[in-house]
Amino acid sequence: MQPHTVAAYDAELKDLDGLVGEMASRTRALLQEATRALAEGNVERAQRVIAADAAIDALQHRIEERAITTIARRQPMAVDLRHIVSTIRIANDLERIGDLAKNVTKRVIAIAEQPASIKVAASLAPLAERVIDQLEAIAAAYQGRDDAAALEVWRSDGAIDVLHTSLFRELLTYMMEDPRSIGFCTHLLFCAKNLERIGDHATNVAETVHYMLTGDILSMERPKADASSGVDPSREPGRA
Amino acid sequence: MAVEKSLTNEALAVRPQPAKAAKVMARGVDVHYGAKHALKEVTVDIPEKGVMAFIGPSGCGKSTFLRCINRMNDTIPTCRVTGKITIDDNDIYDPDLDVVQLRARVGMVFQKPNPFPKSIFENVAYGPRIHGLARSKTDLEEIVTSSLRRAGLFEEVKDRLGDSGTSLSGGQQQRLCIARAIAVEPDIILMDEPCSALDPIATARIEELMGELMESYTIVIVTHSMQQAARVSQRTAFFHLGNLVEEGPTELIFNNPRDQRTQDYITGRFG
Repeated sequence: MQPHTVAAYDAELKDLDGLVGEMASRTRALLQEATRALAEGNVERAQRVIAADAAIDALQHRIEERAITTIARRQPMAVDLRHIVSTIRIANDLERIGDLAKNVTKRVIAIAEQPASIKVAASLAPLAERVIDQLEAIAAAYQGRDDAAALEVWRSDGAIDVLHTSLFRELLTYMMEDPRSIGFCTHLLFCAKNLERIGDHATNVAETVHYMLTGDILSMERPKADASSGVDPSREPGRA
Repeated sequence: MAVEKSLTNEALAVRPQPAKAAKVMARGVDVHYGAKHALKEVTVDIPEKGVMAFIGPSGCGKSTFLRCINRMNDTIPTCRVTGKITIDDNDIYDPDLDVVQLRARVGMVFQKPNPFPKSIFENVAYGPRIHGLARSKTDLEEIVTSSLRRAGLFEEVKDRLGDSGTSLSGGQQQRLCIARAIAVEPDIILMDEPCSALDPIATARIEELMGELMESYTIVIVTHSMQQAARVSQRTAFFHLGNLVEEGPTELIFNNPRDQRTQDYITGRFG
């Protein structure tokens, strides 16, 4: 795209992009750390994640502030307006992702006393990896202005839902087999749900990137494959 | 899995608008100033009632086209207009047409307020008087009062209608010019950058006034302020180098224009 006649305007937009990029990579790192803390049952690591979330919240505020200042100063139109509004929306989704990752680590701390939980927590790893990949892909699609890549992220969310549903069944089975596992399995269920929600936020970002690039709003109908809310424990095969 | 697009842009383009006939139709309009080809094959419909904005960089032809609509270009000896422009299906370049009558039906407001060096009352009364619109003195007073009222000026000047029009502030003068245009009962009001000499408050008052007047008149405004076009108009046309590049619903032009030149202009990327 041609540069703006006012070069400072381009610099402001570039700064915003830099902040979004930084926030995306910090959020992804936070989730990676939270996942490791979960897999290791590592309370110290979990506490570091909780502390690091504050930096992500601060970035969201900075992005919002910069975006609003740019709107006030430049009265952006068309692609520029969509770009700036998109940075606010994306920062909002990333902030939520940070909170969800933080919530996972709080649960790591809650179940740390039960060694049996670490073995079961390993089941969440494929879901976590998948979600981290989605975050990486959508951050790249944003920076590269790649609509096809954004749509790919949007479509891939179904796979996360499938993983989440199967985890739900698996954890339910553990709980039915051994009631002593109900406490930590419930925490792990929430962890799985958090990861699934992070996937949803990644698709939100994908929708925002698509809107930013094309001006078209993707319909609300997204490929949904999360069937966990329809799972009936009384019909689960593990029932005694 | 198929990605369903919402109809954002498509829906805007075909959004059911109140069935408005085109008030002004231009077909293949070319304008030459001597050897200079100022306007190239402009074809556009201006719907009845509402505001249509013409935007574009200086020298793009937007004012030239505006001036074709009331044949103001006739006053420039080297100017040659070809193509067809109709108002209510009547060809306004018909040799039998009375240009004075045309200009009464198509009023004009200019960049710089240009009241006559006469009283406020006389500024407004002049048009109706020469066009024979008032049968009596009270009739004329009634026209002057209602025109000033519709232009949102009456309350400010009612006690000094005898004062000179030029004694008013810039914003008041511009509203006086609008009252003067309205007084001869036009169908169409052309505005050529009506706010560029006004401060933000006077500008806001004119914009507010346009919002009221568009209920009764077809307004065409040329403006250098994109924000103003976005605020006041329902349709926008973008001109560049004598071509009408893109025309459509204002939201569409400012949110997601189709043509790269429009995009570059409205986002401030023209070198």
